[in-house]
Order: sequence, then C-alpha cells, then structure tokens
Amino acid sequence: MSRYLIRRLLIAIPSLLGISVVLFTVLALAPGDPFGELATNPAIPPEVQAALRAKFGMDDPIMMRYLHWLTAMLHGDWGFSFVSRVDVDTLILQRLPTTLAVIGASQVLALLIALPVGVYAATRPYSIFDQVASTFALIGFSLPTFFTGIVLILVFSVSLNWLPFVFRADLAATGLQWWWEEIRQSIMPVAVLGLFQGATWTRFVRSAVLDVIRLDYVTTARSKGLPERGVVLKHIVRNALIPVVTLIALQMPIVFGGAIVTEQIFRIPGIGSLLISAIQANDTPVIMAVTFVFACLVILFNLIADLLYGWLDPRISYR
Amino acid sequence: MNEHDLRGLIEDVRHGKLSRRAFTRTMIGLGLTAPLATQMLAYSGVAVAAEPFAYKPTKAGGGGALKVLWWQAPTLLNPHFAVGTKDQDASRLFYEPLAGWDQDGNLVPVLAAQIPTVENGGLAEDGSSVTWKLKQGVKWHDGQPFTADDCVFNWEYSSDPATAAVTIGSYKDVKVSKVDDHTIRVDFPKPTPFWADAFVGAFGMIIPKHQFEPYKGAKSREAPANVAPVGTGPYLFADFKPGDVVHGKLNPNYHMPNRPYFDTIEMKGGGDAVSAARAVLQTGEYDFAWNMQVEDEILKRLEASGKGSVVILLAGSIEHIQLNNTDPWHEVDGERSSIKTKHPYLSDPAVRNAFNLLVDRASVHKFIYGRTGDDSANFVVAPEKFASKNTSYEFNVDKAIKLLDDAGWKPGADGVREKNGVKLHAVYQTSINAPRQKTQEIVKQACQKAGISIEIKSVTASVFFSSDVANLDTYPHFACDLQMYTTTMQQPDPGQFMRQFLSEELASKANKFQGRNIVRWQNADYDKLWAESDKELNTVKRAAMLIALNDMVIKNVVVIPVVTRPSVVAIAKNLHAPLSGWDTNTYGLQDWYRDA
Amino acid sequence: MAGSTLASPTADARTAIAVERARARQVTPWSDAWRRFRRHRLAVASGVVLLAMIFAVAFGPLIWRVQINDIDFSAQLQPPSWAHPLGTDDLGQDLLARMLYGGRISLAVGLAAMSVSVCVGTIVGAIAGMARGGVDAGLVWLTDLFLSLPQLPVLLLLIYLFRDTLKIYVGPELGIFLLIVVGIAAFRWMTVARLVRAQFFALREKEFVEAARALGASRFRLVVRHILPNALGPVIVAGTIDVAAAIIAESTLSFLGLGFPPDIPTWGRLLFDAKDTIDVAPHWALIAGGAIFLAVLAINFIGDGLRDALDPRRVM
Repeated sequence: MSRYLIRRLLIAIPSLLGISVVLFTVLALAPGDPFGELATNPAIPPEVQAALRAKFGMDDPIMMRYLHWLTAMLHGDWGFSFVSRVDVDTLILQRLPTTLAVIGASQVLALLIALPVGVYAATRPYSIFDQVASTFALIGFSLPTFFTGIVLILVFSVSLNWLPFVFRADLAATGLQWWWEEIRQSIMPVAVLGLFQGATWTRFVRSAVLDVIRLDYVTTARSKGLPERGVVLKHIVRNALIPVVTLIALQMPIVFGGAIVTEQIFRIPGIGSLLISAIQANDTPVIMAVTFVFACLVILFNLIADLLYGWLDPRISYR
Repeated sequence: MNEHDLRGLIEDVRHGKLSRRAFTRTMIGLGLTAPLATQMLAYSGVAVAAEPFAYKPTKAGGGGALKVLWWQAPTLLNPHFAVGTKDQDASRLFYEPLAGWDQDGNLVPVLAAQIPTVENGGLAEDGSSVTWKLKQGVKWHDGQPFTADDCVFNWEYSSDPATAAVTIGSYKDVKVSKVDDHTIRVDFPKPTPFWADAFVGAFGMIIPKHQFEPYKGAKSREAPANVAPVGTGPYLFADFKPGDVVHGKLNPNYHMPNRPYFDTIEMKGGGDAVSAARAVLQTGEYDFAWNMQVEDEILKRLEASGKGSVVILLAGSIEHIQLNNTDPWHEVDGERSSIKTKHPYLSDPAVRNAFNLLVDRASVHKFIYGRTGDDSANFVVAPEKFASKNTSYEFNVDKAIKLLDDAGWKPGADGVREKNGVKLHAVYQTSINAPRQKTQEIVKQACQKAGISIEIKSVTASVFFSSDVANLDTYPHFACDLQMYTTTMQQPDPGQFMRQFLSEELASKANKFQGRNIVRWQNADYDKLWAESDKELNTVKRAAMLIALNDMVIKNVVVIPVVTRPSVVAIAKNLHAPLSGWDTNTYGLQDWYRDA
Repeated sequence: MAGSTLASPTADARTAIAVERARARQVTPWSDAWRRFRRHRLAVASGVVLLAMIFAVAFGPLIWRVQINDIDFSAQLQPPSWAHPLGTDDLGQDLLARMLYGGRISLAVGLAAMSVSVCVGTIVGAIAGMARGGVDAGLVWLTDLFLSLPQLPVLLLLIYLFRDTLKIYVGPELGIFLLIVVGIAAFRWMTVARLVRAQFFALREKEFVEAARALGASRFRLVVRHILPNALGPVIVAGTIDVAAAIIAESTLSFLGLGFPPDIPTWGRLLFDAKDTIDVAPHWALIAGGAIFLAVLAINFIGDGLRDALDPRRVM
C-alpha cells in the first residue's frame, strides 16, 4: 500500500507536467485574443494592441511562453493578468473563500439529500417513496441550473421578496447580523446547486445500494436476525460506497473550481466566474492558473479515492 | 441636406423657431453627433449654454449608500488602460477629466475653470491650439494639489508607446505644454476642427503625476495605484475586487460645493442584463443598472412594478448589416475576401438594392428592440421634413422581387434565384446575442420570399470581435456575404467614424486585418471628400461634408443600417442622475442624489 | 432468493409461474433477458413512450405542416390554442412545429452522445480496471487530463480546427452533428470510466471471478461475461443522466457557435430562450422542459428495466 502510494505520487509529477503542456497548448491555439475589444474601438490605433501583445510576450513562440510560465510557476509566481493587470494569485485568493463556502455548502447539502434518500429508496425499491424520490431526482437533473435559478429568483426574490438575489462577498454587517445576511443570500445558490447535484447522486446511491442489497451476505446478515438498521448501515452502505466515493472524488475539485452557471445567475464572485470571464477575455495567465490548480486537485482526489477503495473493501489489492 | 440647408436650420434655432434639442436630434439623424451639433451652433454664434442640472441637496453627505450594478464587472481602475466602457465608468468614480459631454453635446467643465472658446482666448483662431485654464484649489485624494504638471504628465504618460495606453489616440499627435501652474496649452500639428479630445470625456481622465511618475512607459503595469486609485473625483477609493466590486466613500474635500450626496458607493459587477434590470426595476435591490441590452417587452414588464424606470439616451451606435464587396468564397493569395476580387452577385447594384428592400427595419424596431433601438432616428434617416430621397428606406418584398426579375435573376428549380450559374445564396453572420439572432430570422424570412436563400451563422462574441489573424470567424476577415453588428461612435466627433469607408483603411491580410474598411468598399470621391472634411475649419461646412459622405455610403448600399442603439439604463424612481450618451455613464456622478 | 428484496413491482406471485414456464422451454440468455425486461411494466411503458416520441419527431413535421420559422407578430407568446396547439414563442412562431423539428436533433444528439460517452467510458474504465501498472496509470492520466481541461477553449478550438474540414468531407449537417456529439461526449466519458474502473477493482477479487479464472476463462471472457454485467448499475444511471446533460449541453454549444445554426429550435435552446419570459408565458418553458423530462424519464426506466433484465443474479 505505501509502495503504491509512493509510486502514485511519483507518477503525479510527470502527469501534472504533461497536463500543463496540453493545457497550455490548447489555450495558445484556441481562437480569440485578450485585446480584441480594443480592435473594435476606432479611437484606439492598432499600434497600441501590438505594443500590448509585445509587452505581455504574446508574440513569442508557444514553447518559449510555456517555459516562461513553467519557470515562473516553479518560483511560485502565478502570472499576471492581462486584463486586470494584477497578480493572478491575488485574484484567486480574493475569490477562494466565497467559492469554498457556497459550493462547499451545496455539496454538503447534496450529500445530505443523496445518501439517506438513495439508501432508503433502494431498500424499498418501487415503493411509493422510491417512485416519488425517483421522479424528483429525474426532474432535478432534467432541468438545468440556469432554469431552476431563475425560477427560484422569480418566486423568492420577485414575488415574495424574501431573499436577495445579488450575492455580496463583502457584507457590511457584523456578528449575528452578518450570519443572517450571509445565510439569506446563500440559500438560493446553495439550493440550486445542491438539489441538482443531490438529484444526480441520489440515483447513483440508489443504484449502488441495489447492487449490494441482493447479495448473499446481506441475506445471511438478515437471517442471523441482526436489526435492519445495522444491516443497512454496516453491511450494505459500506459496500455500496465505492461508486459514491468515486463520484465525490470527481466532484471535490469543483469545490475549488466553482460552478460557472450558478455563479453567473447570482453574481457570486467565485472562481467559476473568474474563470469564465477570463476565458471570454482570453486572459491566458488566469485560465492557466485556475485550470492548473484544478488539475492538481483532480489528481489528488483521484489518488485519495483509490486509497479509500482499499479501505472500504480490503480485498482490493494494489499491485 | 447641404451647407445652405444647415445654415437655415441654425438660423431657425437662433430665432427660436427650432428648439436646440430638435436641432441636435436632426443632426444625429443625419449621422452626426450631439457634440458636433453643439459645436456648429457655437461656431455660428448661437448662444450655447449647458442647462445646469437641478441639484437640490444643500450639504455634502447624508445620502447613505448608492448601489449601482454593471453586468460586466470592471477589471481595472486606470483610465489609460480601460478596456471597454465598464472600466471607464468605474475609473470615473475616482478620476475626472478637464471637461465632459452632457446629453445635449455641451462641454461641461469639471477640472477646467471654463470651457475654451475663441472669445475667451482659449481657442486659437486658426485651429492650431487650445488653451485650458485649470480650476484652482483642487486637491488629489491624498491632499496634493492638482496642477498643470499633472496634465502635462498625462500627455507624456499616454503618448509614450511603451506605456501601451488605450488613450494614446487622443494624445500621440498633440503637444501639451505648461503655461503656468493652472494653465496648459495643447498644440495641434495641423489645424484641427475638433479640438475637444485630449483631456475631455471618457478618454480624458487625469491621473496624478506624483503617484504615477515612476511608472511611466514599460513599468506602467507595476504601479500600485493601478488598482488603488488616487484621483480628484467625488468618491475616495475604499476597496476593489477586480471582476466583482468597487467601493468608494465620500470625498470630504471635493472641489464642488455640497457634493457628493451619497456617503458610500458600491459598483457591483457580473451576471446578465435581464437580472440586472430586475434588481433595479423589480426588486429595488440596486439604484442603477447600466447597458440594458434586454428586449423592450421584458423591460416594459419589469417597469410595471413601479420601482424604477428605463432611461434611453441617444448615442452614436448603429446596428447595421454589411454587404461584402469582395468574394468571400475563393482564396486569392491565401486570403478570402481579398480586395483583388469582386463579389459574385453583391457587385450587382440591383441585388444590393434588393437586400436593402428586404430588411424589415420597422418590425425589427417594433418587435425586437422597441425603445432600445430606433429605426426612424437612423444614422442616415433624417426625421420629419428633413428626410431626403436618398436617405429614406422602405420594406417592400414585391419591389425587391421586381428589381431582381428586371436584373435577370430568375428563380431556379429550388426557388432560389440565379443568373449565369451564380445562385443568390448568402451566408449571413453575426455574434451570438438573442436580438441579433431574431433579426437574422426576420431578414431570412423576407429574403426567402424574394427567392434569396440565407444561411444563418452565429459566432461567439469573444471570437467574432477578436482580432485573431488566423481565425476566419472574426468580423474583420468578413469571410461571408453579409454580417451584422453594432459600430459604436464613441468619439463625439463623427470624422473618425467615417474613416471606416476609406480606401486607405481596407482590411486585408497585409495589414493583419487591422484596416477599418471591413466592407472593402472603394470610392475615390468618398476618399477625396473625407480628406477635405478632415481639414475644414468651418464647422457648418464640415458638417455638410460629413452628411454628404453618409449619403454616399447609403446610396451605394455599402451597409444597411438596421436600428440605432441608444444607451439604455435602468434607474430607481427616486434617484436623480444627469446622464449622457456621449460620455461615461458616471460622468455626472457628483450630482447624483436621491429624494429624501 | 428468500429474503431478497424485490426489485420489480411485477415480480410477485407470478414469478413462480414464470420459473415453471422457463423450465418448460429451452431458453437462451438473451430471450431470458427479454422476458425479464417485459415483466418490468414501467420499462415497457417507457419504451413505448420513447418510441412514440421518436416516431412523432420523425414523422410529425410531415403531418403538422406549419413552418418552424413562420414569424407572426400578431401572435406573440400565445398560450396553447387550436391554431397553435402548444402556443407560440416571442416571434409568434408555432411551438408544436418547433418542438417536433427540434426534437429530432435533441433526441439524436442526446442518445448518440450518451452512447459514445458510455462506450468510451466503459472501455477505458474496464481496461484500466483490469490492467494494472503502466496501462492503468496511463489511462488514469488520460481521465485526469480530460477532467482538468477547461471546456470552453477546447470546444472553441474544436470548431476552429475541424468545422470547415468536416463540412467538406461529410457535409455540413452531419459534420456539425459529429462535432456536437464528440464535443459533448469528450467531457462526459470520464465519470463512467472512473465508476467502471472502481467497480472492476472490487469485482476482480470476488470469488466468482476467481472461480471463472480457475476454470480457465480468458481475460476477455472474464471481463465481458463475468465482471462487466455486474458493473453495469452505475453505468446505466450515468447513461440516463448523460442523455439529459447532452440535450442541455447541445443548447449551450449553440451559444458558442458550435451547435446547429441559431434558427434551429432544439429543446435545450427552446428552454433557454423561454427563461426570460417564464413569468408571462410559462407554457413555452413548460413544454420544452417537459419534453426533456419525459425523454429522460423514459430512458431512465428503460435503463432500470435493462439492468434488472441483464442482472445475472436475478431469477424471475
């Protein structure tokens, strides 16, 4: 196991380098340029754009630019945003707390829905509860977040006027008042994301539990007269967790990466909205930094999931 | 409309037969701008006085928080680097120019003590220089005095190509010198009819020398004040998160009495236009929202909630369809739409005129843009009695059919017209934006009826408006038959705007598609007239020339104007704010106040 | 199977009879699966619904002959009526005609993208799950790479590089279709791959696999006959979710200029266009959202039926 871990960690370094090369190439080749808006303005002579391109080293060959980026990154320099003209790490750090809080809370909500509902539905397949839960789950992932977000805004902000729909990262209030405001403005985005994610996960949990619930050892446990609760929790859920762990590991990097659509609708200054505006403006250093950190997290959580498999099912061997 | 007619109109204004507003509106209808219209009046000696804004509060402060919403978030706060209006608007919270443009096109002094005129000696008779007197006693936010040195520094800073300032266009050709501590002189290399460019309006905001001196030229990006501005404006800088929010607080030492009214200002960014409109008009969470690119139907419904209203400001943006003069489908020397080619059917004037008849501007205006896009106040369509024959439009499918029939374009087996093996099949591209796609559908339907088949293509805005030399989908490449977008007449002077049809501006691979003549139209008469207008000091004569240039463009169906795009903002019911379509949205921020 | 929980509402007392019948006849595994599938009433009903939808979008436009782009400004945003059975949109275009026409693309894209992503994911996951060491590490790297790629620039790059080439070689419509399917599937196969790989980790050590291995089953047979059928549960769920996601994703792609031209009303696009008028013209959004939901619902129950039918542990 520890040999496996060391081996995987060693592989991680070339993997990351490889990913960074691909990312950089894709971004360099993708159409668009950061100073395009200047070109549409008749008052700005083309030389300005040329000067800016030269200044930010955009006319160098891709290989050179990549090497510059890599050496800077190794020195802890994340780059400099073309558009905002500040360091990229400042931009990311400004947005990290909001992203972690909102997206994190929604993932917790999704888990709180998916685990109990999925398990309960699977223990009583095709019961009324299962049917209702399934229907809601299917509605949940048939409707995109851009749609549910607007419906919630129309109901709770416009009609009822209960909740604000412009998210503010810098509430003026303090103490309890701050918490109250923060919760009020977070309810809708967290619900939109959490319900969508929860709907998807519920289906997976149900399916995973159904796969296990019919196995012989469960029958054995039941026939030994163990209480149902214990059977479900100890025998069924633990063995059903492998796909669930996989999915959570897949989702965790998103907690850093943010959710673009939801952030857009509620104006949450998260990393998702930073990424999308950077992409729209072709602000390569920002895109590169965000996606690279994202790639690190993907690799890290994948590794954690692989290790968890062994813990959940000790028969899984690492060779 | 010739010089004589213009003089007649000016006389009407002088004798009170025509209101100044109506005059300005007419000039805008003829493709000019409000600032130019005002200049024409001033030049002809018709008294021009900006109507002062009725500012009620009797002391500074006490107004609480002002919350404004920009659905594109500002990303930087140095006016010399402002990419797009969002950054200019945000910079204007803290920085000020010498003078700004109000909605009627008047120059309003801000950091200037007065507006230079020939009478007060500010303007040289021969148009070779302008002398600005600066306001005394103005202090930067850190307490330093504002002087002529700051102005001279801004010129040095911006005109240095190494700084890569977007304002370079206003400064690179002029020479700025200090006369005394509170007087500067701007010298032009040649007689310049439009003198109010440097230090004026959106591109004229002034940054402090003592903060930026060490960061001139190549080091410009390192200045700490790039993200923490120190200006002269009504609000002091408090906090800035790029791409999210800007905070400011009342400047107790502001140079105008009893201003500003609000204690703090918050400019939030991001999201989309519809929900920004909701936040102002429907829930009242915010006081002001910028650039409401929303269908008018939706705006009207939101306004019905009574929390706020929509304000429409005339400006010089025109949504128009361009017709390619070159062949976009055959590569010549590795370049599509090469200026060495001719378009297979758009070179036939009959086809061009048919297209002109097939654009249902009235419906586009009525059902898509509503108040936010006017077909009648078009940049070539003069209102009321001034409309001349060559600047009116009509929508008439039957006439288009007849035109095509007469020109020998006969319907083929599939209903698409053809002549000598050339089919009337057009690819019509634009950027992705709901009203544009709807306009495309309306045009497509009419064209189908007339036997022209249209293939609609839409390109994501970030690609369409980029200047990527290798990508065929950008608008300067124009690798299709028709394309549609809005050109913005950001400059208060239309002369710059009319450059886009000059032969010397032809976009081609050779100039990396940076030439502005994207339709690739060439006309020697146009070039000649433009060159004359560029040095004509008689404003009225010049205006007549510019109008004639406009008429040439329209008569030859070089472009088909669809609607004008005014600047549309949403504003809370009890908020009073002077706004202008010729300057930044926040140009009069110091005067904003709320009914108690 | 005493004590096991029933996974089908129909598997009641009749199970016994079915078992009797099964004994009476010679059954192949496939006919057996089909027989079990038929028992799943919801699945059969869903199959009928899905077929009906496919039939409607395939032949509907031939019967309901209103043009999809007939603009009628006098009939903007009208609720359902005899003239317009599903109402009209904001240009007064007939929604029934648009739904029928757009459904062709939405269903085709949804099913095709789902198939591609499930197939690619299953193959990659299965290989990674069986092979260890270098091959596993390589495939995991590939999955990680695709997970970290930012969607938008990659899609823009895809259009930029391939749109015109594909247009030349396979024609404009098929070319766009292929690009869309690839564009969507490229960002969705990783979940399936990860899930399958994890299932394989657990299954490959199970007794029945050991037994089959001891009996000399080849690796391929081991995977296809023994492990894969047991790993299908999450794959089927992922498949259903992918259909919904693909139909929605198609609409976002057309905003990037990657999808079909903007005047082609796919379901995802109709839903997107409807969102700003949902408070005054809810029918528009309900119809588009409802169609997507119905398709997803049907595919989901078919998936459930398939899974029960193919699950070798279940005897009905």
